[in-house]
Amino acid sequence: MIRMAKQGNMTGRKAAAIRVTAILLAFLASSLFIRILGHNPLAVYGSMLVGAFGSPMRIRDTLTVAIPLTLTSIGILVAFKMKFWNIGAEGQILMGAFAASMVAYNLGNLSRWVVLPLMFLAGFVGGGLWALLPAWLKMKWNTNETIITLMLNYIAIKWITFLQYGPWRDPASMGFPKMPNFASGAIVPKLFGIQAGFLVAILFVVLAHYFMHHSKGGYEVAVVGESVDTARYAGMNVKKIVLTALVISGGISGIVGMLEASGVNHTLNASISAGYGFTAIITTWLSGLKPLVVLPVSILFAAMTKGGGYIQTVYQIPQAAAQVLQSMILFFVIGSEFFVQYKLVFQRKKSPNPQEGGQ
Amino acid sequence: MQAQVFVKMENICKTFGNVKANDRINFDVHQGEIHALLGENGAGKSTLMNMLSGIYKPDSGSIQIHGKEVVFNTPKDSIEMGIGMIHQHYRLVEVQTAKENILLGRKGPFFMKGAHVSKDIREIGEKFGLPVDPEKKVYDMSIGEKQAVEILKVLYQGADILIMDEPTAVLTPQETRKLFAILRNMAAQGCAVIIITHKLHEVMEISDRVTVLRKGTTVGTLATKDTNPKALTDLMVGKTVDLAISRPPVERGRVLLEVKDLCAYDMDKVEVLRDISFKLHAGEVLGVAGVAGSGQKELCESIAGLYPVASGQILYEGESLVGNSPRDIIKKGISMSFIPEDRLGMGLVASMDMVDNFLLKEHHNQKGLWLKRKPIAEKCAEIIRRLEIKTPGVHHPVKQLSGGNIQKVLIGREIETNPHVLITAYAVRGLDIGASHTIYDLINEQKEKGVAILFIGEDLDVLLELCDRIMVLSEGAVTGIVRGDKATKEELGLLMAGEDLGMEVAQ
Repeated sequence: MIRMAKQGNMTGRKAAAIRVTAILLAFLASSLFIRILGHNPLAVYGSMLVGAFGSPMRIRDTLTVAIPLTLTSIGILVAFKMKFWNIGAEGQILMGAFAASMVAYNLGNLSRWVVLPLMFLAGFVGGGLWALLPAWLKMKWNTNETIITLMLNYIAIKWITFLQYGPWRDPASMGFPKMPNFASGAIVPKLFGIQAGFLVAILFVVLAHYFMHHSKGGYEVAVVGESVDTARYAGMNVKKIVLTALVISGGISGIVGMLEASGVNHTLNASISAGYGFTAIITTWLSGLKPLVVLPVSILFAAMTKGGGYIQTVYQIPQAAAQVLQSMILFFVIGSEFFVQYKLVFQRKKSPNPQEGGQ
Repeated sequence: MQAQVFVKMENICKTFGNVKANDRINFDVHQGEIHALLGENGAGKSTLMNMLSGIYKPDSGSIQIHGKEVVFNTPKDSIEMGIGMIHQHYRLVEVQTAKENILLGRKGPFFMKGAHVSKDIREIGEKFGLPVDPEKKVYDMSIGEKQAVEILKVLYQGADILIMDEPTAVLTPQETRKLFAILRNMAAQGCAVIIITHKLHEVMEISDRVTVLRKGTTVGTLATKDTNPKALTDLMVGKTVDLAISRPPVERGRVLLEVKDLCAYDMDKVEVLRDISFKLHAGEVLGVAGVAGSGQKELCESIAGLYPVASGQILYEGESLVGNSPRDIIKKGISMSFIPEDRLGMGLVASMDMVDNFLLKEHHNQKGLWLKRKPIAEKCAEIIRRLEIKTPGVHHPVKQLSGGNIQKVLIGREIETNPHVLITAYAVRGLDIGASHTIYDLINEQKEKGVAILFIGEDLDVLLELCDRIMVLSEGAVTGIVRGDKATKEELGLLMAGEDLGMEVAQ
């Protein structure tokens, strides 16, 4: 007989050890999968490392993916801390990119020192307003934010696609459905060969840390997340807190859209969000909603994406194999939460059948 | 003639994490007896009964039912052995009839044979004196009727061992008397009845034998007629305790809070407060009695600005509070503290530490963008010393503290603000005798400082001993305000049941 029993004394260190073990087990389970595909797991993992960090260029590529992941995770974290399940980062990224592009296409010929701050602001506002909508609906009619934020993703994608095929199509593209490239003043410059957005990402990680743990605003967000009744009892304006937090959450995702459009793609299209909005849900969750942990987790996931692309060319393994690994990690880490909460007790004694005892 | 042993539990052990909830407990119940299981909160009563009803499995020890050794893997096994448990919170489907609830989860043909089941239910009901209409919907029933349905449900399942968890918590004294008559009837018919309680006078009134648990162990099993409440308390607590609650005489001051014709409605537009009027003076404890759900919660929350008021007035020193949010009330500098019934769901943030919980009220008064935790931590450390709160430290999550200590944290925070009005809802619910007396002392201390206290209580004996005046609520209306030193429990009971005794309102 195996029974569940509540864990008595769980220290932070013990919990961390359980989670790290879970990640190792995920690699072990994936090894089996790679073995079945007919490759040596250790060699494949080694190649993934090479693919992600093997040369300065590859490191830059990996970090280029880590930047949007980190920033989006920070945005999602603010909402998740409030138990507001914002899974609409994808749409918020796109709407931020849309607002920033509006600035880029209309004022792109001005000085970079004017255009970029304006685009930054526009990105924040675009993403923020897109997240404000589900928050407002929830406050007004208690709608389900998970559904609404998810649906708003598709509206955002279709809206950008519409612009791409319609009003914003580049007249010089000879009928090819693409939007014009940004003028040079609207492009985020590079620093050490990486788009300068990484500074923004690091800044927001630090800001989020202080906001969540040391500011009144972050404290109020945490209280609302724990119990709306307690927040009301303590005299907090719950509505205002939820709306503000969601503008911040969506706004940060909007900044991601601006950085991706301006710093990476140099134009706007419906695929600039590249699934970051969804992957970031995973990284946010894995970070345990701690801003400082978001950074390493995002780099790990970026490395798996890049490394996965590399093994595809080297071993002819589909890139999906790397996604299997990502899913394994998620699966094991979420599964390991059970062992943080409970332990299994094994009973040796055979239990007689109660029906036999009766009559 | 030796009565047949229905239940025999021997050397039962059960551990949760590091806590030994049950440690080598022995317990037996005979046919035809009413056996009280007495103990403070956390003594292990519920754990023991949950093992008897198949919800938990013991780590070791044996259970014999009707002389046969059994192992219960699921509650179903236990039900099949004739054990029926009636939980404190009824588990009935409100929109269904009594009959449908009774048949719920039972094997049988796809279509219910309506007429003959109804007849069976009526027959069992008559046999045990349980007047239940099988066709009546549960939402139309009074608390007493719902309880009757719960009892009938287990009897219909063929139970001859009945476990009742704190059955009188939601009943008026009159309904309690009816219930006790039913229980005696059942014992006379050959059932065994186990009643879990921590109310001594009930043990004395209803039980044949009593088993006392303390800190997970059996202290002893006694014949009720050979013992007395004092001896039982000493057994339960493990030391000699003074049961008396003091009511220090304090010169009553001016009216601090006045409520006039207060009305409120819930979300379904049902009237939950009906023309409530009373005055609360400085230096007095005004008790509020009533069956659970008579409007106590709504009254407290209305005063605290958490519940929408439909009409009427709430005046604090002549200033109207109606329409103000809790924040407005804090900002106006009105020092009013509300200790809600739902401690971890409303008064405190369960997962946060003591410092962050003190910040709930305090952060409004801090200037700037950032929180200052350090001065609060010092304040918390001082309160831990003063109220003797048992905690590993100020940074320990409050949910991991015991009920009494959680309540001390909450009360400590509220009296720290030096309130002029203190509202406490079920301040001692879930606390053991020692912790309860600490809370009574704190309340009296505040009263002597001239604080006006509204004390929502459930134990009538406590209300009568502690409060200067007692206001009785029934279905959202005030049915009387009586003096604590003059009123009797019977009077309170009748008022709670909504009867107009034509009594003068105590001023």
